[in-house]
Amino acid sequence: MRVVVDLTRCQGYGQCVFLAPGVFTMHEEALLYDLQPADEQREHVLRAAAACPVQAIHLDRTAHLTGPAHLDRPEPADDSARTDGSAHPGGSAHAGGSARTDGSAGTGGGARADGSVHADGSAHPVGPGPAGAGGRRSGGKGEGRIVIVGASLAGARAAEVLRREGFTGTLTMIGDERREPYDRPPLSKQVLTGQVPPEHTLLPRLREVEAEWLCGTPATGLDVAGKRVLLADGREIGFDRVLLATGTRARRWPDEAEAALQGVHTLRDANDAAALRRALAAGPRRVLVLGAGFTGSEIASVCRELGLPVTVVERGPAPLYNAMGGVIGGVAAQLQRDHGVDLRCGTTVTALLGDGEGRLRGARLSDGGTVEADVAVVALGSIRNVEWLRGSGLAAGVWGVTCDAGCRAVDTNGLVMDDVFVAGDIARFPHPLYQYQFMTLEHWGNAVAQAEIAAHNMVSDQAHRWPHLAVPVFWSSQFGVNIKSVGVPTFAEQIVIVQGSTAERRFVAVYGHQGRVTAAVTFDQAMWLEFYQRQIEQAAPFPPAFRHVGRRPDDGVPVPAQVPERLVATAGATVVVTGHDPAERRASLVQPE
Amino acid sequence: MHDAFQRILDPGGRADPYRFFGALREEPVARREDGTYVVSTYREIVALLHDPRISSDRRNLGDGGQAAPALMTSFIGLDPPEHDRLRRLAMRHFGPPHAPETVERLRPRMLEIATGLIDALAGRNRADIVDEVAYPLPVAVICRLLGVPQEDEPYFHALADEIIETLGPGEEDRAERERARQAKALELADYLRGLAVARRGEPRDDMLSGLVAESGMTEDEVVSTSVLLLIAGHETTINLIANGMLTFLRRPDLLERLRDEPRLIIPAVEELLRYEPPVQFISSRVALDDITIAGTTIPAGSPVVLAVAAGSRDPAHVPHPDRFDLDRPRNEHLGFGGGAHYCFGAPLARLEAQIVLGELIRRLRGPRLVADPPPYRPSAVLRGPRHLLVDYEAVAPA
Repeated sequence: MRVVVDLTRCQGYGQCVFLAPGVFTMHEEALLYDLQPADEQREHVLRAAAACPVQAIHLDRTAHLTGPAHLDRPEPADDSARTDGSAHPGGSAHAGGSARTDGSAGTGGGARADGSVHADGSAHPVGPGPAGAGGRRSGGKGEGRIVIVGASLAGARAAEVLRREGFTGTLTMIGDERREPYDRPPLSKQVLTGQVPPEHTLLPRLREVEAEWLCGTPATGLDVAGKRVLLADGREIGFDRVLLATGTRARRWPDEAEAALQGVHTLRDANDAAALRRALAAGPRRVLVLGAGFTGSEIASVCRELGLPVTVVERGPAPLYNAMGGVIGGVAAQLQRDHGVDLRCGTTVTALLGDGEGRLRGARLSDGGTVEADVAVVALGSIRNVEWLRGSGLAAGVWGVTCDAGCRAVDTNGLVMDDVFVAGDIARFPHPLYQYQFMTLEHWGNAVAQAEIAAHNMVSDQAHRWPHLAVPVFWSSQFGVNIKSVGVPTFAEQIVIVQGSTAERRFVAVYGHQGRVTAAVTFDQAMWLEFYQRQIEQAAPFPPAFRHVGRRPDDGVPVPAQVPERLVATAGATVVVTGHDPAERRASLVQPE
Repeated sequence: MHDAFQRILDPGGRADPYRFFGALREEPVARREDGTYVVSTYREIVALLHDPRISSDRRNLGDGGQAAPALMTSFIGLDPPEHDRLRRLAMRHFGPPHAPETVERLRPRMLEIATGLIDALAGRNRADIVDEVAYPLPVAVICRLLGVPQEDEPYFHALADEIIETLGPGEEDRAERERARQAKALELADYLRGLAVARRGEPRDDMLSGLVAESGMTEDEVVSTSVLLLIAGHETTINLIANGMLTFLRRPDLLERLRDEPRLIIPAVEELLRYEPPVQFISSRVALDDITIAGTTIPAGSPVVLAVAAGSRDPAHVPHPDRFDLDRPRNEHLGFGGGAHYCFGAPLARLEAQIVLGELIRRLRGPRLVADPPPYRPSAVLRGPRHLLVDYEAVAPA
């Protein structure tokens, strides 16, 4: 069976660990689990999922309690993703917030299979909102051809929502990996420690999705006027509406020869995780991690858990600095050092060194020193997979694909397009809570929530479209601590610790910008986060002035948050405008070499 | 609205308080004459359960908490950081992260006890499910877990019952009730202190031994924690089991479906926690600051009652809330509260109820209620039948 926990919702109650201790483990509030537990754990997992106080545990629809579908069916092998045109069940994960997963009896499942046939017996109950399949749509939006490019979390989730919302036309999924959609967060955690095999990360199928899956065939172009997606193998797939959800890839070490040294890794997909796991299991003398963002810090945490010496080299003043600023970064730095990480901040790697036989032996640092290491992990962020959109006329570049709050893509002129939608890591959208600034969020929860919005809007007319207004939430598990964030911590000048203590690493920190609460970060205090989410949504005054529990004597004084200057990611967008008449004025991107 | 809440508190309405909940929810945050605010809608209850401006420490009441006992406060009546410290120390001997398998390891023993209790119903055609099953199972389990000799049960049972009856919303006679409770609690504390002292010299494989060995806990803290766990460990689960049997016996279709598909007892217990929760109100919270919610401002220092049973049946949260439905896709109920004070013993209660209700359904042949409604215990907060007489044709072998 398959399990995924929506850790965006998880508040660390631990009920799943009590009831299924063989599947779920917890260190304080940091939850780790096996996504594909053995069948003898079924009863335990069912108990755990039922008991979750925030219903964040999602199972394969075939694993549910009732109806004929709970009879075990063989699960396909890992490489079962089909390249022919046959129907293929899509996996997905559940969205936080308003999203509901009370899907429906899908195509070919028993009526009670997921326990959700509604009183009216409808076969395709709709999701949130009052509108049914009929009525709100015009122009046959429930029909036609939809193509989704990108078959990971956002794409798979969107496919599911389209069907839930009553889309009855043809649906084509295009993905470059030959696997069913899988969950990535475990790749830098329980997969690297060896607690869970890399192939045990397939996302549960919450409902059957009838779609044509073209896996292992990357898209190479988008013809907006001709309404076609071009594939690497020369095929052209026509569409009425298209969703772009091609996500990101790991940024590689820029020197190709050094990057090719044996022992140099990046971590983004399941194959990367399998390779890095093998390297760590072989017991290297020292691991070098380049970059102390979330991925780098989690890898360092795994190394220490495995007893491996690890050096982390970070350009900024502290780990997690780019996401959370220097104050929380300082707490994270101490956390790393207390766990025996050799942390070098304000430092970069200038060269990876080989042993003359193609194997890594160490690295040279910007401070002139060297580090001996036989494994290096390049964790210097990610690159958005948008090159295939070059020349498409979309406002697409290193910053992502610009879109409106309804996930509709914007062309190079800044005009919103009606039939091209974007979701997930590549979507650059304006957030009203943050002065309408455009942002891309590479978060699990954002991929899911945005996929919901995009899919809904693809089958809705103008009057019924939804804006993507979710407050960003993300989490990380490292060094036994569950770190969660709500809002945009870098959108702040000040920070105040309101509950708990940074020395004990159990606390709530609130961020403020111009007298308003804009973000909050918790270390092992996730239960309080939704309160602060509402504070953000209500533009509550900063610093918080109310009396509350958990206050410590030294609390309550805001200090500078030390956040990095916000990078203008669209700085790479060089545009030229041509023409004189309003009817002929056009903007076009100057592509970098 | 005050009228609705008064009717819910009235012992005469104990068998069906739910008919007044609709009226109660019409004013989501309602002020009573004594200054208490009753919150009855799902969204608002969830918000306040996670609101750091809400205290569980009655010393924060506007009157300075005169009625609150200074001594013997367990973590249920404390706020972070003290609450978190004590709860985590207790959790070291009960659940994750240090003892994740404690509850799961009790499962075979729970089944064994349930089997014995149901075996004892054979050879006759009538039993009181409360006295013969719903009460003895959780008592046996908590005694074993904590390390309390079961032969002392009649003694602490009487004390625990008297303590329970002093709990409740309303401020009128609270001081008097608190005094009565204090006296009984001290007596129970003395009893547990005796056991704790004995464990210090001679540790066994039980929670009491674990707690006395915790360097971070004073003897008073060990005792107050043990009192809490002993009382909460059975007084609530009795009602969950009895309410469950009552609900199933009223619905032959449910009984049949549960008999045919035994795994359904898992969602059935969740639905019970929503539909007939053993704890109807969280009645001891205090606003630390002015809190504006659903258009009403609760002034600092006010007592706050969270009507969790009303929230779990809020039609704005759950469709057809007054229907017991085994097929609810996402059952996010308030049966165990929420936030930092989420029920400590929830996993124990869930497993006990799943096991014993599953066994009763499987083994009792032709069960029928003798009286509907059955007689109820007086408490409006911990609500459940005092007796549940059931007639049956036979008891199937284990």
